[in-house]
Amino acid sequence: MIGLEHFLVLSGTLFCIGLFGALAKRNAIAILMGLELMLNAVNINLVAFARYVTTGILTGHVFAIFVIAVAAAEVAVGLALIVAIYRDRISVNVDDFDWLKW
Amino acid sequence: MIDFALHNAWLIPLLPAIAFVLIALVLRPLPKASAFVGITAILISFVLAIHVGLGVIQAGDQFVEHPLKQVVTWFEMSGLKIEMGVQIDPTSAMMLFVVTLVALLVNIYSLGYMHGDPGFSRFYAFLALFAMSMLGLVIAPNLLQMFVFWELVGLCSYLLIGFWWHKYSAREAAKKAFITTRTGDFGLLLGILLLQINFGTLDLVALGEMIPNFQQYTNLTFGGLTAIAAILFLGPIGKSGQFPLHVWLPDAMEGPTPVSALIHAATMVVAGVFLVGRTLILFKTVPGAMAFVAFMGGFTALFAATIAITQTEMKKILAYSTVSQLGYMMLALGAGSLTASMFHLMTHAFFKALMFLGAGSVLHAMHNEANIWKYGGLKKKMPITYWTFLTGCLAIAGIFPFAGFFSKDEILLVVKEASHGAQFGGLYTLLFWMATITAAMTAFYMFRMFFICFHGEPRDKSFHPHEAPFSMTFALVVLSVLSVFGGFVGAPWVEHGFGYYVRLGEFHHPQVDPVIIGVSTILALGAIFLAYWIYGKKAISHEALAQKFAPLYKLSFNKYYIDEIYLWLIHNILDGLGRVLWWFDITVVDGIIDGVANTAKVLGSVLRRVQTGKLQHYALVLFAGVVVLVIIMGFADTTSASLSLLGGVR
Amino acid sequence: MVMNKNIFHSALFMLITFLGVAAVYFMLHADFMAAVQVLVYGGAITIFLVFGIMLTIRGSMKETNLFSGHAALAGIVSLALVVVNAVMVISTNWSVTGAEPPEETVGSIAELMLTKYVVPFEVAAILLLVALIGAVIIAKEVKKTS
Repeated sequence: MIGLEHFLVLSGTLFCIGLFGALAKRNAIAILMGLELMLNAVNINLVAFARYVTTGILTGHVFAIFVIAVAAAEVAVGLALIVAIYRDRISVNVDDFDWLKW
Repeated sequence: MIDFALHNAWLIPLLPAIAFVLIALVLRPLPKASAFVGITAILISFVLAIHVGLGVIQAGDQFVEHPLKQVVTWFEMSGLKIEMGVQIDPTSAMMLFVVTLVALLVNIYSLGYMHGDPGFSRFYAFLALFAMSMLGLVIAPNLLQMFVFWELVGLCSYLLIGFWWHKYSAREAAKKAFITTRTGDFGLLLGILLLQINFGTLDLVALGEMIPNFQQYTNLTFGGLTAIAAILFLGPIGKSGQFPLHVWLPDAMEGPTPVSALIHAATMVVAGVFLVGRTLILFKTVPGAMAFVAFMGGFTALFAATIAITQTEMKKILAYSTVSQLGYMMLALGAGSLTASMFHLMTHAFFKALMFLGAGSVLHAMHNEANIWKYGGLKKKMPITYWTFLTGCLAIAGIFPFAGFFSKDEILLVVKEASHGAQFGGLYTLLFWMATITAAMTAFYMFRMFFICFHGEPRDKSFHPHEAPFSMTFALVVLSVLSVFGGFVGAPWVEHGFGYYVRLGEFHHPQVDPVIIGVSTILALGAIFLAYWIYGKKAISHEALAQKFAPLYKLSFNKYYIDEIYLWLIHNILDGLGRVLWWFDITVVDGIIDGVANTAKVLGSVLRRVQTGKLQHYALVLFAGVVVLVIIMGFADTTSASLSLLGGVR
Repeated sequence: MVMNKNIFHSALFMLITFLGVAAVYFMLHADFMAAVQVLVYGGAITIFLVFGIMLTIRGSMKETNLFSGHAALAGIVSLALVVVNAVMVISTNWSVTGAEPPEETVGSIAELMLTKYVVPFEVAAILLLVALIGAVIIAKEVKKTS
């Protein structure tokens, strides 16, 4: 029988895969993809709790939908940023982006 | 009007302050307007001061014991309450009158003297600032306010000595004056702090009541109070040019002559005398300090007089004469007489301001040629200056009926009386004879200068001296009238004269001692005659005299090498000590500081690499931190760790 | 997905991942969520990212999605987080209700959205609008005036 723990472990693992992608990749778009995976993992968590812990109350679902909306906005803005940076630097390689250092 | 003046005496210093601000901020490009504003302000102050004086006289001796005080709290904390305000009593009223009068006359005089100077407006601004400071000082009801204004007049003195700052000597003299007086001020501040600590107040009236019975209020010993008095006296030593801190005053003559007249003869330098007069009760309580003051005064008087005999610059002679006369005032205070000291202060202000302004007039005519041996025969060319200067010389020599006669004899009298006292009688007897000799020497060097400058034939034909303009002679005439008649306010035959108002303790009607009068007058006349004999008639060659007493002459001419001794001390002792400390600073202190700085620098250059500027690195570290935190919390307490994973939702 | 060296292939694998997540939603009896997942992630966001790839990568798609120098460290941290998370989840005693889930969720979600969460709902709408405008402005070509 598949229980809550399985979903939680799955979502945690998915989160870490996304994290790994976001931390280890060079391509900015790949990092964006990693972020999407992390958000998806969060959504799984929310829905899993809605299913097992607060059965019948769908606040978790509503929350997940908001997360999806925010994720959509984030992707749009993030891609716009990448395109803008790309236009400036002709690169999407984050190793070239070190503006945080003066 | 009198009532208004009495209760609004704070206006007197305020008006010059306003004038200063106005001139400094608005009127600087307009010299005429600046002078007008400055003179108007001090004129109104003068009128107010006269009314204050009239009010005090009308009130009789009411204000002597109970001064009219108006104070506002400046700041307050536990154990310390500092007030600012006005204290009107006969002494401060007299000072207000003298200061505003001399300031007014000097302001008017400067119209002519400073005419065409590029710093004309600046000069008037400083004069106004000085008047404000000095007036604030004399009406101060407590020692702290006095100290504040005391330092302000020191600042003005610095600014005005260095008024012609493009001259090297003027700059140096300004610095010398400031630093020397500051040396004394250090002691003054220390004394004030000690008084505050021990008595809990700086109010003059309160201190006057507490100090005579100081054992009731404090656990000070007699010696402790003597030490406080001696430390406090350091301030007046510096400010009033007493030995050994007198060195700045002759150099201060680098300033414009009206400044010398106002600040370094008539008003600021007497601030020290005034301060001792204000705290005289403290000195009276401890006879040791009293004798110290008297000795310093008497010694300075004689010491400066011996220097003045050989000097060759008019203003230098007058400066040493000022030092000598200030010594006189100190001597009178040391003999316990506020009356005699303040009386001499007032008459001295008149005739010394007169002589300085006269000297300024001569310098003006001689295009700032300072050496008196270049002068001569000015009598015909400058009659007004000649006659006014003569009254000044007679006044300072103490010839009846000029002002100096009364005040000087009063001082000699009180010193004589003090010598009959139980304690230090011998010392006061010695001081009495020193003062008498000083009086004779004063007459001699004054008339030496007088004869050299005004009589005989012009020694240098290249000059074409001319009489000063009206604005300058006006001040001379007013001051010479006061020098002639100013002494009568304290004459022995006046029932309620000067001494009735300005006094400490019981009123003693001034006695007449025919011996003192006779001796001092004969000595003065003899000295004048001797001066005439040598310098007027040239019966004895002064060069031959100088040759005959060459070592003494050199000693006096070089001012006892005091400046050289100071220089040697500073060069060898102070600089040597400084070099040791410099080495300590450079190697030890800087070593530590540099070590700390280098450590930070090395650490920084290592830790700098952490800041890669790459977001991924930061995120990596962040998540590593999350892992570590979660592990820590998980092993500490499982439930709280799961809480952290759930983001706090239970 | 993350191991692939070709960014375009990565994007395709990501699509598969999204669909997998949709399947997970089905398993959780969240039919509406599954539908939204397929539509938004499987449709919109994947397309979005592909557009992004097309705009920024020129030439060969090979070797476009490499690891950076600190991949090993990132891997260690991620793995550690996986392990820690798993340990925590398993060691925690969850208060599972055990009740049967509702058959369909759309109606309830709609009710919640338009009653209790109506304000966040509207705010989310505004957020999307703002993001749209912002993205347009950021991505717009900057005219070099100077």
